[in-house]
Amino acid sequence: MIDTLRLSAEEATRLLRDKEVSSAELYTAYRAAIDERDPELHCFLHVCEDGDGEGIPIALKDVIGTKGIPTTAGSRILEGYVPVYDATVTERCKARGLRIIGKTNTDEFAMGSSTENSAYGPTRNPWDPSRVPGGSGGGSAAAVAAGLAPWALGSDTGGSIKQPAALCGNVGLRPTYGTVSRYGVVAFASSLDQVGPVARTVRDCALLYSLIAGRDPCDTTTVELPAPVVLPDRDDLDGVRVGVPREFNEHDAIEPGVRAAVERAIELCRELGAEVGECSLPRSVEYGMPCYYLIAPAEASSNLARYDGVRYGYRTPDPADRLDMYKRTRDEGFGDEPKRRILVGTYALSAGYYDAFYGQAQKVRTVLAREHAEAFERFDVLVSPTSPTVAFPFGAKTENPVAMYLSDLLTIPSCMAGLPGLNVPCGLSEGLPVGLQLIGPQFAENALFRVGYALEQAVGFDPVPERYR
Amino acid sequence: MTEISREQLLHVAHLARLELREDEIARLESQLNDILAAVSKVSELDLADVTPTSHPLDVVNVWGADEPRPCLSVEEALANAPARDGDFFAVPPGGAS
Repeated sequence: MIDTLRLSAEEATRLLRDKEVSSAELYTAYRAAIDERDPELHCFLHVCEDGDGEGIPIALKDVIGTKGIPTTAGSRILEGYVPVYDATVTERCKARGLRIIGKTNTDEFAMGSSTENSAYGPTRNPWDPSRVPGGSGGGSAAAVAAGLAPWALGSDTGGSIKQPAALCGNVGLRPTYGTVSRYGVVAFASSLDQVGPVARTVRDCALLYSLIAGRDPCDTTTVELPAPVVLPDRDDLDGVRVGVPREFNEHDAIEPGVRAAVERAIELCRELGAEVGECSLPRSVEYGMPCYYLIAPAEASSNLARYDGVRYGYRTPDPADRLDMYKRTRDEGFGDEPKRRILVGTYALSAGYYDAFYGQAQKVRTVLAREHAEAFERFDVLVSPTSPTVAFPFGAKTENPVAMYLSDLLTIPSCMAGLPGLNVPCGLSEGLPVGLQLIGPQFAENALFRVGYALEQAVGFDPVPERYR
Repeated sequence: MTEISREQLLHVAHLARLELREDEIARLESQLNDILAAVSKVSELDLADVTPTSHPLDVVNVWGADEPRPCLSVEEALANAPARDGDFFAVPPGGAS
């Protein structure tokens, strides 16, 4: 009997290698879990009947292009779109024999922090179905938490891997910008978008990262990893310098229960042998969110110009002329959040406002990058909560876009600087998972895995939602 | 503080090729003003001497090898077309821009 809630990808791979289970048996077990739990959770926008391959299953966020398998990015404007080529990350998964089990739900075009912006309805949090799983990659995080896939890929622009991983109690990595190809991935904000792994353990997360990372000639921003990925196995943190940035740990928006769990994890770092010290990044939190919500919409307004009803996707019926076709196709095809971001981005880039908004935000971005670089002169990793709150109830922030944007308060600054970030569960508050965010300098994934693994062992967090135990 | 007027909103919507419905306009106008109020915070900082960052990595231009390789067939390229005319994407005639 395969317990999909507890089986790690690493263990599943071993069972497969030792012929204790077959690839088909594994696939069937996860499909059965989907049939049992997904009608309630709605993690998947598309479930594959039979993913080709001889390996273990994987779920892919529905912004990742999959040849012959519908890819909607959670938007009506891509309803019925079936890519004619694979994204590079899809190709790499397939090359390692991974079987695609389905495409996971996302806020439309990965714009959101709760999956409530999906045109196909929200995903529910497996820990408490009256609450959101976070976003935009709530489908991937919830699917892994509920044992519907051993691991998954997400995409992260300002926190869309780390924040849902925090809210669903799993491990999620936003890799260093430039380490994972975006070729074939639906673009949101190209100077920020990164694809990354979601898993139940740090080792699984590192393993999946090693399968997808590296230069791709089809994405010219990618580079070879300077050092191979090391699967972590040390329980101690001897010699590791852990920085605790005040502004990320003492912000008013952080719930007391989240703060308490993170403080315990920081104490554990000390007990495990790390050298822990305070530091300050005075402007990163305060100016990160405003900076992000100018730059990301500006880039989105350009990237989303391609949805024009001409080459693929939705087209309005009976347009009067071509201009009418563009305008009505986009009005009918996009939901509110992409419209808001297209409008804000177009405004911020328009004549007369460019310098004050977009130009100024690009300078703020330099300030954020410098603050992080200075902190990494003294520390190997920085720790803070990933999300200021635990999973929140449906509808709590949907009427107030700015309140929703604040969900990303603590994940955004390092994204702006192109830095890697790992979410590791560090406890519960009110019965809901709390995530610890580990940030490192560029290409420091191995350091994040090491710290994440040692903490994972010390914390002993049970990633299976209580209602499924 | 910057306020976006209804007229400006419609102008920006036109630039972005969005035909907003009447019921959307009032809602978006107020939400956009909330968002602009929040993001205008960036103007508090005096950054005259700071170089802007457009990209998180110091990358230089990257060239692909100039070699032919397989690409999508015409059928594949047109597979998702909302309307086609032979080997072309079919679109209605243009309107005033």
